[in-house]
Amino acid sequence: MYRYDEFDHQLVGERVKQFRGQVERRVSGELTEDAFKPLRLMNGVYLQLHAYMLRVAIPYGTLSSKQMRMQAHIARKYDRGYGHFTTRQNIQFNWPALDKIPDLLEELATVEMHAIQTSGNCIRNVTSDQYAAAIDGEIEDPRIISEIIRQWSTFHPEFTYLPRKFKIAVTGHDNDRAAIKLHDIGIVIKQNELGDVGYEIHVGGGQGRTPFIAKKMADFVPKAQLLAYLEAVMRVYNMLGRRDNSYKARIKIMVHETGEVEMRRLIEAEFAKIDASQMLAVPQAEIDRISAYFASPEFETLPATSATLDAAQAQDADFARWVRANVVAHKQHGYGIVNISLKPIGGVPGDATDVQMKAVADLAERYSFDEIRVTHEQNLVLPHIRLDDLKTVYDALNAHELATANLGLISDTIACPGLDYCNLANARSIPLAQEISERFADLDQQYDIGELKIKISGCINACGHHHVGHIGILGVDKKGTEFYQISLGGSADENASIGTITGRAFTEETIVDAIETVVTTYTDMRQTDERFIDTYRRVGLDPFKERLYAE
Amino acid sequence: MAQHSSKGARFQAVTANRLSDGEVVYLSPDNQWAETFAAADIADGPEAGDALMARALPADFELHVLEPYLFEVLQDGTQYKPASVREIIRAAGPTVRLDLGKQADAKRES
Repeated sequence: MYRYDEFDHQLVGERVKQFRGQVERRVSGELTEDAFKPLRLMNGVYLQLHAYMLRVAIPYGTLSSKQMRMQAHIARKYDRGYGHFTTRQNIQFNWPALDKIPDLLEELATVEMHAIQTSGNCIRNVTSDQYAAAIDGEIEDPRIISEIIRQWSTFHPEFTYLPRKFKIAVTGHDNDRAAIKLHDIGIVIKQNELGDVGYEIHVGGGQGRTPFIAKKMADFVPKAQLLAYLEAVMRVYNMLGRRDNSYKARIKIMVHETGEVEMRRLIEAEFAKIDASQMLAVPQAEIDRISAYFASPEFETLPATSATLDAAQAQDADFARWVRANVVAHKQHGYGIVNISLKPIGGVPGDATDVQMKAVADLAERYSFDEIRVTHEQNLVLPHIRLDDLKTVYDALNAHELATANLGLISDTIACPGLDYCNLANARSIPLAQEISERFADLDQQYDIGELKIKISGCINACGHHHVGHIGILGVDKKGTEFYQISLGGSADENASIGTITGRAFTEETIVDAIETVVTTYTDMRQTDERFIDTYRRVGLDPFKERLYAE
Repeated sequence: MAQHSSKGARFQAVTANRLSDGEVVYLSPDNQWAETFAAADIADGPEAGDALMARALPADFELHVLEPYLFEVLQDGTQYKPASVREIIRAAGPTVRLDLGKQADAKRES
């Protein structure tokens, strides 16, 4: 894990002090809300429906046990006993009082965390693959370059007032779990024929009201030139991105309006200027220093299989199902990657109580080399668990209602907070996720349906990633009443696609039936081993539409 | 600011969030910021709505609340209730956590 150096400590410490003064001046009336709002947003403080909301950055989704325990402590002391893990691998607290937030941030800083870059028109917290350094076939741990990007982008003076927010995601693996093509910049770590490591760069992806898949701008940027290339992209965007209309201000609109060829030309011209100066070539000593923080844990030399695990699976069918659904093969023999579903049947996607967070922290400390990951699909990961320890870990998770065996299945829904919490939402998302998981509560039925990603957003801003759900659901408001629009065929992986809207929206009463109709249409039509997305891509929208809107 | 009241709205009330903790509050008949919708002053007609909104914006309102706005209210027998799902949720709390928000406070007090 990366550890703060003296500069990091100083930056974060000074920021907390500044914010304390700003809050005091707001409360005393010295600052108007207009003056204060951008300052609180720069510190992750939003105003939602019922209270303020604080969004805490979890860089590239990696947490230590100590950091997770701090989230539990914050939930207990400053909030209402729970936190919400988000689609950007962050955590949100829904009820903090404004006048207590500076104290909260001060405590957060003691575990080297903050809420900077979680709001505002800056480069946001960098996201990455939750299986980093645990999955086989990875070119390089994506968190190393993510950390370098974090340091380069934090308080970058040139990019503090961008036309709009800017999101960067990194993967070191061909199987994209970080949705890199749906980001302003998506980075894929690659190796060329000479064995050199470099970066494939995608620019201009995003969701919101105008979804786009990113365009590949560069096949291979050599390692030493990455920051120069990123700076070139940012500079072109900062200079030419639209500022007249916030709905058209993201770089995806600029790429679309400028055209891929011209955009590439602009970036390369700027890149040539920056790279010639060599200003942004990161010294090898610094790369080595940061890499050392991500050195592989000291794995034991173990056999590929575990008799202990086999015996436990034979004795406990629920455990065996959980292993099959939630444990992913590790690169190291004798270890597994454990996914902790935050989607219990009927639960709130992404929510975890203080007690659950502490339990996960304890397990990570004891069994997973002190590491926890947050996924953009709103689950948690214990990346390095010995196969021999899986049953013990499962039992402990199960005791805290954290052992739902539904990873990647129909009840593993992404849902934004929606109208239950969010000031921007038009409709509720969470109750739909709950009803869908209850409708398909039978795990055997879920396994039979297979991989199916439902993603629900309560408004067109698409925090619930509905555009890239195999089944996407968008809540809309019609004269104060909630309706739900369905889209099909979206995907956030390496074969990213934007879903197509099926037709007129459904009411709150009919939407879950409609989802069931989509699912049965698929199960009726699928061929052997075809996942929902495969069937959809083979047959297209029409068969689903016919069944959904049959009189 | 988003529009929370329709042109044809007859009854309206004013709501905001309290500065110190973000709590949802309503302007009461005695110009206090009350925590319950039941304590909200209800304006009948567009002119009364404008007058109510004006009362919500004294020179020092920002010392107490954020972003006050008018929203539509419906008459339900002798009672009033917010017209939109959004305002019903603000008046009660998250529908998925009945143990939180005003709905929980009301339960504790009863």
